Amino acid sequence: MNKQFEPDEEYLRRQRTRNIVLALILAGFAILFFAITLVRIKEGG
Amino acid sequence: MNSTAPAIALPADWRDFLALTKPRVMSLVIFTGLCGMLAAPGHIHPVLGFTAILCIAIGAGGAAALNQWWESDLDAGMRRTADRPLPAGRMDRETARDFGVGLSAASVLVMGLAIGLLAGLILAISIVYYAVVYTIWLKPRTPQNIVIGGGAGAFPPMIGWIAVTGDITLMPVLLFAIIFIWTPPHFWALALFVQSDYAKVGIPMLPVVAGEKATRRQILLYSLALLPIAAAPWLVGGTGIVYGMAALALSGLFLGFALPVAFRTRTGEDDPMRPEKRLFGYSVLYLFALFAALVADRAIWGQEFVR
Repeated sequence: MNKQFEPDEEYLRRQRTRNIVLALILAGFAILFFAITLVRIKEGG
Repeated sequence: MNSTAPAIALPADWRDFLALTKPRVMSLVIFTGLCGMLAAPGHIHPVLGFTAILCIAIGAGGAAALNQWWESDLDAGMRRTADRPLPAGRMDRETARDFGVGLSAASVLVMGLAIGLLAGLILAISIVYYAVVYTIWLKPRTPQNIVIGGGAGAFPPMIGWIAVTGDITLMPVLLFAIIFIWTPPHFWALALFVQSDYAKVGIPMLPVVAGEKATRRQILLYSLALLPIAAAPWLVGGTGIVYGMAALALSGLFLGFALPVAFRTRTGEDDPMRPEKRLFGYSVLYLFALFAALVADRAIWGQEFVR
């Protein structure tokens, strides 16, 4: 029988940090796309 | 029956992903890209300007990640690069490859959609040039790798310029030429004092293949060529005298640092290689100062010089 993989504290910490960094980057891009759209609409481009 | 837990590697730390993008190289790329944008005639909305610089930076990061993915075995054999995330075993190669491809594709896509097709196309060419033409094709094959590969680092000011104007004129081509000619003496100065490392992993850097004497002569030739090339934007009337004088003074000083490198021979294995290290250090400062002078000139003269 295989023993279940149990992530340790360091594994969970890294995974958590990575998810937060990824979420922040995606949120930043969403804001940027919104701003680009607004600028392009304003400039008529 | 198997009672041992499966070996699952730790997820790579975010700092390793950052290291994969070569942040120090990226800072020079961002700076020259920004200068190209600020020196270009015309106006770009700050949001679009920020987007263009972000895309240049992400594209450079993606290309750097692909470079480290391809060269992880070589990096392991060199002191200077042995602690990078891949050779140090902190990240697996597939993760680095996917990260590099993802960054590269995203940067080109956003640049093409938000800024313009030409800027997106030139960014794509610069990434392929660095990751494929330089890293995979030229670097392991020819001692002229740095000369042709230098083109990859020469694209950012051109892309910054194109982001504003939307077309390629003489000035962005000259900005490209400056970095293209600057790259060989910059890298060969470094290659002279890390020569043993490149030789160990079989990279045919000029000092390894043609010897130190030939390398020193080439450094001098490129430093001589840099002077008229750096002054060319002023000579063709694309900038004012502020840039022209700065270019002549900075390039003259570059030549001043290159001369002692050109006319000396290594005193022995324990030679501290100070002139080579000084030239390498000054070459970085040179590029920052030259492009800063370009922007200062544009700030002083406005749109008076437009090419």
